[in-house]
Amino acid sequence: MLEHVFSEMVIAGAGWTQEPPHRYILVYMKISLDRCVACGNCVAICPVGAIDIDPVINRATVDQDRCVECFACYRGLSTEHLNPTLVRSMRKVFSWFRLRFDPEPDVCPTDAIEPQDLAWPRIVRRAFSDPLVPHESTGIHGRGTEEVKTNDVTHRVGEGEVGFTIEFGRPSVSASFRDISGVTETLAAAGIAFEANNPVTHLMDDPSTGKIREDILDERVLSAIVEVKTTMERVPEILRIVREAAENIETIIAIGVSTRCDAEGGSALESVLHDEGVPFWRGKTNLGLGRASQVEPVAGSG
Amino acid sequence: MTNTLHRYGAPETLKDDYIVFAMAARGINDEGSVEKFKTFLRIAQKHGPINLGDATQGGVYRPSKRLNPLAHWFRKDERDPESVVMNINQPTVVSAVFDDPKALEAFLVDIKKADLGLSVNISALIDSAAEIAKQAGITRHSVEYSLGFFGALDKLPDRATLSLATMCGHGMISFSLAKKMIDWVKQSRRTPEEASAYMARFCSCGIFNTTRSCRLLNECSHRTG
Repeated sequence: MLEHVFSEMVIAGAGWTQEPPHRYILVYMKISLDRCVACGNCVAICPVGAIDIDPVINRATVDQDRCVECFACYRGLSTEHLNPTLVRSMRKVFSWFRLRFDPEPDVCPTDAIEPQDLAWPRIVRRAFSDPLVPHESTGIHGRGTEEVKTNDVTHRVGEGEVGFTIEFGRPSVSASFRDISGVTETLAAAGIAFEANNPVTHLMDDPSTGKIREDILDERVLSAIVEVKTTMERVPEILRIVREAAENIETIIAIGVSTRCDAEGGSALESVLHDEGVPFWRGKTNLGLGRASQVEPVAGSG
Repeated sequence: MTNTLHRYGAPETLKDDYIVFAMAARGINDEGSVEKFKTFLRIAQKHGPINLGDATQGGVYRPSKRLNPLAHWFRKDERDPESVVMNINQPTVVSAVFDDPKALEAFLVDIKKADLGLSVNISALIDSAAEIAKQAGITRHSVEYSLGFFGALDKLPDRATLSLATMCGHGMISFSLAKKMIDWVKQSRRTPEEASAYMARFCSCGIFNTTRSCRLLNECSHRTG
């Protein structure tokens, strides 16, 4: 069932191919050996360093274990459509004289990057790594939910409440679901509930245990966001749990905390963070200009 | 999407970085939102944003899939804000990046007046955002704080590289590309403006701040080592 959900979830995303009988297939990243001229431009632009020039075959190759299917190479590089044989010959002649062309660094000269069919469980890599792929579970492009950004109409986080976004793998370090599961299990053991409408929660065997399903634990993603909501009083405890857990994993955790302001725009969370000695200066400010037009807001909240 | 939340840098390096974005909540106010998103960006255009973006289609800076080989010598400025606005065809997240707090304030006054009913957020220094909103006659509703990075910090690059790369929060600008651009500007192989445009093309949401990028690259090029 879950495989079906993830297979269907990115129909609107870029990089899909449609094949008879009108089935959409998600694809993995490959560089054509016939077209690659080993210019090396794609090596530098891969966020996780998964592309190298193989010295034996003199072509760029993708380390499929490190690749997170973010599509930065396929979509981000501009492309020319030059003849590969001609380009290789020119590069060869230049190299004899120790000369090197100084090309634009964001171009694949021969359009050599070719997405290929992608199957479960690898499909989750792209769902969490490619920002242009929306999650079916949330309808949101990206890796989490609407969080506090639409709090003025969803009233998800009320006064005295705090929302946590605990993002694994960011920035550009990547994370495996095994890394993530270790921390979510610790949070669950502390009685912390996860946001139901979040893609990572959907991948848990049982959200009350925080354990992520076994068959995707070794899949790597550019980043994934775990969301929890709690009371102001529990903020120090959760911060401590996450920071301690972060010391024992091989990736980065980026933490965001949010709350509803009072009538004057004041935030009680700031004093809690000051007391915990956590510096902060940057963030997102919801201006409260949203208005529900389809349903009534939840009564008694916000 | 927390893609604008964790931009790296000390407060004094973030004073020219303001991202304003609008979104609708699924099933609450997303019906009929396409025209509102277009209106949001059109109002933003009047106030001189340095970047615009649509999370589903891309930003002002985009790669070209049919690049003319002469582009290696004579690359055209392919920025096209109008196509960002015109191509919106579904509920999305739209954003405008400003480098001037006065322009932002004027934009907020107009957005409040337009009363689009979309959720509007400022991603910036918390205190600056609150002050600018106040000047525009708006009391903030909710706030989200970036507490920074924890864990295997030895996997992160130097400060300048991290400041550039985190201007795409989705991680589409690799550390190695950011480092390469710093080096190329130092070597005078490219101008800060050219290097910033290369990086901006990888940020598919259009939230990359080219003004801040140029400033950071200029600072790097005047340093030794």
